[in-house]
Amino acid sequence: MCMTMKLHFDVSGEDFTRAGEASGKVKSKLKQLGIAPDAVRRVAIALYEGEINLVIHAGGGEIDVEISPENIKMVLSDKGPGIADVEKAMTEGFSTATESIRSLGFGAGMGLPNMKKYSDEMKIDTKLGEGTRIFMQINL
Amino acid sequence: MSSFTHSVYLDSEKCKGCINCIKRCPTGAIRVRGGKAHIIKEFCIDCGECVRVCPHHAKKTRYDSLDTMKEYKYKVALPAPSFYAQFNNVTDTGIILKALIKLGFDAVFEVAAAAEMVSEMSRKYIADHPEGKPYISTACPSIIRLIRVRFPELIDRMLPIITPADLAAQLAAAEAMEKTGLKREEIGIFFLSPCPAKVTSVADPLGIEKSEIDRVLAIKKVYTALLPHMKHDDAGDNEYKRAGRIGVSWGITGGEVGGLLIDNYIAADGIENVIRVLEDLEDSKISGVDFIELNSCTGGCVGGVLQVENPYVAKTKLKLLRKYMPIAGSHLDGKVPENSFWTKEVEFIPVFRLGATPKESMEIMQKIDELAEALPGLDCGSCGAPSCRALAEDIIRGVANERDCIHLLKRYLHKISSDLNSL
Repeated sequence: MCMTMKLHFDVSGEDFTRAGEASGKVKSKLKQLGIAPDAVRRVAIALYEGEINLVIHAGGGEIDVEISPENIKMVLSDKGPGIADVEKAMTEGFSTATESIRSLGFGAGMGLPNMKKYSDEMKIDTKLGEGTRIFMQINL
Repeated sequence: MSSFTHSVYLDSEKCKGCINCIKRCPTGAIRVRGGKAHIIKEFCIDCGECVRVCPHHAKKTRYDSLDTMKEYKYKVALPAPSFYAQFNNVTDTGIILKALIKLGFDAVFEVAAAAEMVSEMSRKYIADHPEGKPYISTACPSIIRLIRVRFPELIDRMLPIITPADLAAQLAAAEAMEKTGLKREEIGIFFLSPCPAKVTSVADPLGIEKSEIDRVLAIKKVYTALLPHMKHDDAGDNEYKRAGRIGVSWGITGGEVGGLLIDNYIAADGIENVIRVLEDLEDSKISGVDFIELNSCTGGCVGGVLQVENPYVAKTKLKLLRKYMPIAGSHLDGKVPENSFWTKEVEFIPVFRLGATPKESMEIMQKIDELAEALPGLDCGSCGAPSCRALAEDIIRGVANERDCIHLLKRYLHKISSDLNSL
């Protein structure tokens, strides 16, 4: 049997004070598991970007993480507005964040590009008006 | 691999087995077992929080006694910058430096003077090695110890320059040998320390092979011995006074970065705040910053547990004291002192890892998760562990059992009594 550990988090929307809670918890678990420091860092960065996206764009959502000795799989799903143009959204610097969000220092247009950069595999399923599901995998 | 030497220890006679220290330890290094507190030496970073919080004064710090001065022919005092901020009505550091001589020291070498050289070296190092930015200061030994067990990705960001105290010790020893012609072992270099972490860093240094500090005295002990020797007439310049504003300012948070003459820095103090900054730095959430000064104690070194004065009052005193000082009194003059950089790599020691391999760790963590689910989740500390989760880990590690939880024990006793009643 392949050993896996599953974690689930509900991310509430518009609550910046709690953004980063899920990625922080995942990070501390991975450290205790003795996962390679570089992989821990990549998971923490990619997941935090995703978590912030859930808060900023989707009004919250859910994160599921599956840890196995071979890889870490992350699924971020939301019932938000969906992404109109995925290719454009993947461009560094492109952002649809509002001015008020930018004034908080977010919305630099690096969220999705960073998630791709720090993960080994990434897949986006999105439908306008229905929501988005992002899959990321980091191999160990 | 480095050992885990510590200078914080328990006076078990005084320990009442309460939960104050276990709840406050930032690394979860203390357990109460058998009615007494125990420090898990691999987890402890010598920050001194438990010394600060223990209402029974059972947590203590190892340091040398003033009597050790008798062991040396020539004795040099190295006052930490924060030392100057402990006294009332002292408007000039000359009074303190002269009083140290009257106390029995043959010379004084201000750590603040060496700090100014470290500031200069740091400025140059950061300019020459921009690729490593942001650098993390390494003046607080608790921070180095924290990073090496908990933030492996940040080890390379630590500024590889020795501490002002260690540099002062090297320079003072060389000066004393030249002046007296005595052998090194006949000279005693005495550091006046604000905290246990600095005591530990002398006994078990990180980054360097050996510290030139021979003895570490607690500021609070020197303070009382020094008071009768302090005279207003001694104000003014003397041969030992070589530090300026930059050096003296190292005693408070923001002092070290002040010496770097940059604006894009972070200066954080208080161990919990420091941990948050390190977490954010590790997750690449901090950008546009060249340097990060971190002090385990609130207020910086003035907040050390071996100090006398309230850190906030001390900060004000230090600011008043430095007001009319020259900006810096000591300079490198183009000559970088020998052995002023780290010579030893600081290695990551994964003390918090659960198992030898990720797979084994996962099996252990699953057991811990199941067990933690069954515990009440109150984190009351009555079992002697700081949280229910920590107790679950201890049980799996085989050093505690479920009945240590008084809530589970109560449930168990209820069950037994109702079983008996139904017989």
